[in-house]
Amino acid sequence: MKEQYYKSLDDLIYDARQAAEEVDSGDRKSILQMKKESRSEATSRRDFLKLFGFTIASAAIATSCQQPVQKAIPFLIQPEKIIPGEASYFASTYFDGNDYCSVLVKVRDGRPIKIEGNALSPVTRGGTNARTQASVLGLYDNKRHKNPKFKGKKISWEDGDQQILEALAEIKAKEGKLVLLTGTIISPSTNAVIQEFLAAHPGAEHIQYDVISASGMLQANEQSYGKAFIPSYDFSKADLIVSFDADFLGSWLSPIEYTKQYSERRKLVDGQRSMSRHLHFEGGMSLTGSNADERIQIRLSQEKLVIANLYNELKKLAGEQPVNLPASPVDITKVAGELIAKKGKSLVVSGSNDLETQLLVNAINELLGNYGNTIRTDVHLKLRQAMDADMAGLVDRMEAGQVDGLILYDVNPVYDYPQGERFKTALQQVPLSIALPILGEETSEHVQYICPDHHYLEAWNDAEVKSGSYSLAQPTIRPIFKTRAAQESLLKWAGNPVDFHTYIQNYWEKNIYPQAQDGQAFIDFWNSKLHDGIFESGRKEDGLSAYNGERVPTILAQVKGLKGNDALELNLYTNVSVGTGKQANNPWLQELPDPVTKICWDNYAAVSPKLAKELELEDEQLVMINDFGPIPVVVQPGQEHRTISVALGYGRVNLGTPEGTVGKNAFPLVASENGSLRYTLKQVNLQKVEGDYQLAKTQSHHSMEGRNLVRETTLEDYLANPASGNEMREELKSHLKSLYAQRKFDGFHWGMAIDLNSCTGCNACVVACSAENNVPVVGKEQVIMAREMHWIRIDRYYKGDPDNPELVRQPVMCQHCDNAPCENVCPVAATTHSNEGVNQMAYNRCIGTRYCNNNCPYKVRRFNFFDYTGADAMPGNTIDPAEMTTDLRRLVLNPDVTVRAKGVIEKCSFCIQRIQEKKLAAKNESRQLQDGEVVPACAQSCPADAIVFGDLNNKESRISKFFDDERNYHLLEELHTLPSVGYLTKVKNKTV
Amino acid sequence: MYTSPLREPLIRGNKNYKQVTDDILSPMAGKPSKYWYLGIILAGIAALFGGWATFRTVFYGIGEWGLNKTIGWGWGITNFVWWVGIGHAGTFISAILLLFRQKWRTSINRSAEAMTLIAVMCAGFFPLIHMGRLLLGFYIFPYPNTRALWVNFNSPLLWDVFAISTYFAVSLVFWYVGLIPDIGTVRDRAKTKIRKAIYGFLSFGWTGSAKHWSRHETISLILAGLAAPLVLSVHTIVSFDFATSVIPGWHTTIFPPYFVSGAIFSGFAMVLTLMIVTRKALNLEEYITINHIESMNKIIILTGSIVGIAYLTEFFIAWYSGVEFETYAFFNRAFGPYAWAYWIMMTCNVITPQLFWFRKLRRNVMFTFVISIFVNIGMWFERFVIVVTSLHRDFLPSSWTMYKPTLVEVGLYVGTLGLFFTLFLLFIRVFPVIAVAEVKGVLKSSGENQKLTGHE
Repeated sequence: MKEQYYKSLDDLIYDARQAAEEVDSGDRKSILQMKKESRSEATSRRDFLKLFGFTIASAAIATSCQQPVQKAIPFLIQPEKIIPGEASYFASTYFDGNDYCSVLVKVRDGRPIKIEGNALSPVTRGGTNARTQASVLGLYDNKRHKNPKFKGKKISWEDGDQQILEALAEIKAKEGKLVLLTGTIISPSTNAVIQEFLAAHPGAEHIQYDVISASGMLQANEQSYGKAFIPSYDFSKADLIVSFDADFLGSWLSPIEYTKQYSERRKLVDGQRSMSRHLHFEGGMSLTGSNADERIQIRLSQEKLVIANLYNELKKLAGEQPVNLPASPVDITKVAGELIAKKGKSLVVSGSNDLETQLLVNAINELLGNYGNTIRTDVHLKLRQAMDADMAGLVDRMEAGQVDGLILYDVNPVYDYPQGERFKTALQQVPLSIALPILGEETSEHVQYICPDHHYLEAWNDAEVKSGSYSLAQPTIRPIFKTRAAQESLLKWAGNPVDFHTYIQNYWEKNIYPQAQDGQAFIDFWNSKLHDGIFESGRKEDGLSAYNGERVPTILAQVKGLKGNDALELNLYTNVSVGTGKQANNPWLQELPDPVTKICWDNYAAVSPKLAKELELEDEQLVMINDFGPIPVVVQPGQEHRTISVALGYGRVNLGTPEGTVGKNAFPLVASENGSLRYTLKQVNLQKVEGDYQLAKTQSHHSMEGRNLVRETTLEDYLANPASGNEMREELKSHLKSLYAQRKFDGFHWGMAIDLNSCTGCNACVVACSAENNVPVVGKEQVIMAREMHWIRIDRYYKGDPDNPELVRQPVMCQHCDNAPCENVCPVAATTHSNEGVNQMAYNRCIGTRYCNNNCPYKVRRFNFFDYTGADAMPGNTIDPAEMTTDLRRLVLNPDVTVRAKGVIEKCSFCIQRIQEKKLAAKNESRQLQDGEVVPACAQSCPADAIVFGDLNNKESRISKFFDDERNYHLLEELHTLPSVGYLTKVKNKTV
Repeated sequence: MYTSPLREPLIRGNKNYKQVTDDILSPMAGKPSKYWYLGIILAGIAALFGGWATFRTVFYGIGEWGLNKTIGWGWGITNFVWWVGIGHAGTFISAILLLFRQKWRTSINRSAEAMTLIAVMCAGFFPLIHMGRLLLGFYIFPYPNTRALWVNFNSPLLWDVFAISTYFAVSLVFWYVGLIPDIGTVRDRAKTKIRKAIYGFLSFGWTGSAKHWSRHETISLILAGLAAPLVLSVHTIVSFDFATSVIPGWHTTIFPPYFVSGAIFSGFAMVLTLMIVTRKALNLEEYITINHIESMNKIIILTGSIVGIAYLTEFFIAWYSGVEFETYAFFNRAFGPYAWAYWIMMTCNVITPQLFWFRKLRRNVMFTFVISIFVNIGMWFERFVIVVTSLHRDFLPSSWTMYKPTLVEVGLYVGTLGLFFTLFLLFIRVFPVIAVAEVKGVLKSSGENQKLTGHE
């Protein structure tokens, strides 16, 4: 027989099978045989016509009904514990050099898709912030470095390592200077790696560099207590908080931790009848300042003067001899009186990076006896360790050609160092430069070797955020690109090519496991801590000396009074969305409206209404600040008269949108004084320039128009009458009569309550909701058109004098009305009420008349004006300004939630997928669903625990207790929409 | 038959039946004039503009419009209500005036009905195009399906579907039934075979026998009886779109009568606009006399005043109800950012029509033409004010926004105007613009010759 050639494996397999199994079934032929036969026979006319017809028909079908072929391939061997359709959660740690959060990573089908707070962590206690929530999208970022590179060209890891090792050996041979520049390292294992690396390269040096520096505070504590550290603050223990420009709820040190502590004392539920009082001194309007009971405007150049006066006043009240000081621009006698009355139960903090100011703050807290109570010095916060002088010295040495090798790990000084340009040129003087970045960065463009690091969700890591508070990070996905853990790179170059997983485990076994002392075997210890994500050893710091206040009198003697009143000041700050700019390429964060101005997709210069009037400035007018700009103006009520505020973290090159930058980089404005960075410039010029610039605002009307939307009272009134501020509710309730019987819900009746007193407006819920529910990003142009898609928004209203207004906030999402105006107007019944009281959307049924949206009094429904998601049937009409529909980005989509097509309405669903998941779990276990088991994404993310969700039918549930509270009311209750969302009145602790 | 000597003749010139036929059918014969060509080219270009806008809307989405998270309806629904309103005059004239035995209707009912049909087509286009998913628009019909999905009979939008389609169907039948005797005439006068065949088919074998006439009269009366309540119901139901909602400025019980009178108001204005041009262009001044124009002006002043009273009542109720949202909504209408639209509406709808109290002005053709345009503009703004100013500032100030139409929305509006005039221009070429048979019916009693010699 002739040798048989086959074209494909199919042919061969079929042939082989036939030969083996179907010896006798002579009538079945292999494809090859049939082909051969058909070739041998002449094609008849009939066959021709048949084939012709078939070809035409199939060609017509194939061309007219083009459907993409999608293959779903099942597991051949199912991996253990991976059940398709069921999520797994892995504990991990988020730290980006600025923020820390202990998290749980939700992994579906091998993809991390959502970050949740880890309730086991004693530091963040299940809270998150916007940036932590958004960080999962950073994993699926096309602008990440995908391979190692040498001078801009791809290179293999082997070649790169070899070249680098040779270069390092060269430096070692000539005893050159090698510097490792990193952000603050809170990972003990990484620190060990660095020590190993330094040991392998004698003369090498490790320098830490913080984008937002706390070196003033570190130095102050070094002078006061003999060690450079940041103490552990406990806002929950303070009855009175006095903050000088420390935005501790938004950006200062450890905002998630502080928000948890702070909100704990702002709640008047569960029998709690007292709350803390919060006084805030600041120039711009910050998130924290807007939440304060009383907010006092000061110019930050006078912060030291005010604090010195406060100290002096306190001394006087404490019976000590005060000194003569220039007068404070604001009256601080009342504050001093309140503080002295709360000795040991107060907390004074300052966001200043000035050594002397921080020394005064230390003196005040010492005088008030707050150490040991609200401030602990035996537990240190490790989030900021860098001294500004180190970095300044490094740049000098680089310029002088004294640095032979520079390794940059997780830092981007060309962008965020105030003298970035200088750093860039100095970098050219360094013979060997290596970067270990994650995202494409301004700095890595100018180094020779790029050795990309894993995203934190792909990597092993650990952290010691506070003394004795350890946490672990573990990979939740295989590395998407050809990246390598930075630690592994360093170990390799240190001559110890071990994988970091092993290294970290060994490190824990040697150094951390011994602290456990509970007799567990190491492997059990490791597994349980890896499961929990955290380990609390209770380790305390020692070696502190007694308080030393010897410099304080000198500082007091040198404090200068006010000189000239007309200079304009510039205050640089970081906001809750973009922060230091590390996640600038995250569209969720770029589209997140600022909690104060409600502006997204840009930074801007906030000026006071008075200044705007004087200089004839209007919103969106372009100005130059010194030679920075042009930047649009925003008239900010509550801004100190002559203070201008600009957010840092913007203007990153080619990040944020596919092309171009978002906003302007203000880092070059950061000044340096006495060796530390200053985020306040005492004298700037503001120059109006031609033209204006449109800003994307999600809210353009700022007054509540006297409506009872956010109901407020004071603590005093509340204690006298718990329903104060909410008196109209009783009368309203008596009017709520209907001819129709009110609908009853037999099983569950879901409801949500929001404690306006705890909500700080931090926006974590907004990002969490977007991540959970696949809410599309629409881009700046569409936000300008008022078409943002957020299912939950935080309304913000000003009250009173524009020069010194009060500010209230109210998170608003679908109110799930039991008598919903949207439901009865939909012609196709696409939105209906479930038998559990949830107002639901059937996206498939929606034809997009938008009638429901018009008829919604809360305006919480969102319409897909364009094909933002790529889900539309028509090709080529997708509007995707932030590349959210690319295959890589789409990996973040939650498979439990439909991706909505163009032309349909969407809105909050109370996270119905989470309700169903927990109901099913309870059903499978044949038990009742417990109260608190179902937690929607917004409530889960909330660092202030302001959102409560549960079953209203269960009279014992927490939600029922909230609904029975005298403070509870419903938004626009007079419309008889019967909302399932309640709000608890806001109570301010102030005397009127 | 007795006719009042005080009443002016309805047909001027000493016409006999042949002259009537010749006069009215002359525009259908021969080649169209260059003005007709110019008109249809302009209208066609406008319609193409609309086609482009339609494509953009369907392909890219409603985002091509200026709508936003707060304002879900803008020009689209404004135009819809405006066109439906215009579509009220025809059936009002032919049905209600027939029932009231108003003989002057005979000269204008045909073209008014044609205008109604075209206007309703233009109106119907907007609810379709404003859907986010037009291709699934058929969900709105209660058809049996395997998924057991049903429509929501509580929704006023669904009522609209039925109201408009019923109205369109009845108006079409009524109009066509009225056309049959005239088509017979056209057929009989046709000189080419094709023309004869087409009109022969369209005339349904009309012979003009007494039996045919008798049946024709009967069915006309029955249809008039059917159509008359529809005139009132359609706009009532359209107004329910707003009245049954909770939005301040929409949630108003006065809406049904207010909308119906507004619709007749705007419909008559549009009839006037068209008739004044048509009678001039087609030399029909002897059939559509100044007397007709005056009669229509009287209806305009009546309905315009009803609308004016409605505006004031709304304000009174807004204050009297004590509802803060309602009070604010009306304050915002008159003095808010869209106050200019409100005052255009007030000027055009309430103030200028009052000038028709002067006989001289109401019998002035040029003045009537200008005012009719004003009313058209004013009524468009009325709908704009209702739709947009109510929505843009509703309950929660945090969601307040502004709305500005885009070129695509303008294109859709201009496109429907183009469609309207294209179809109207085609209509005057293929059908008699005046009901020949009906005019002949009143010629003996109300013709000029009759009036002059009536007392012999």
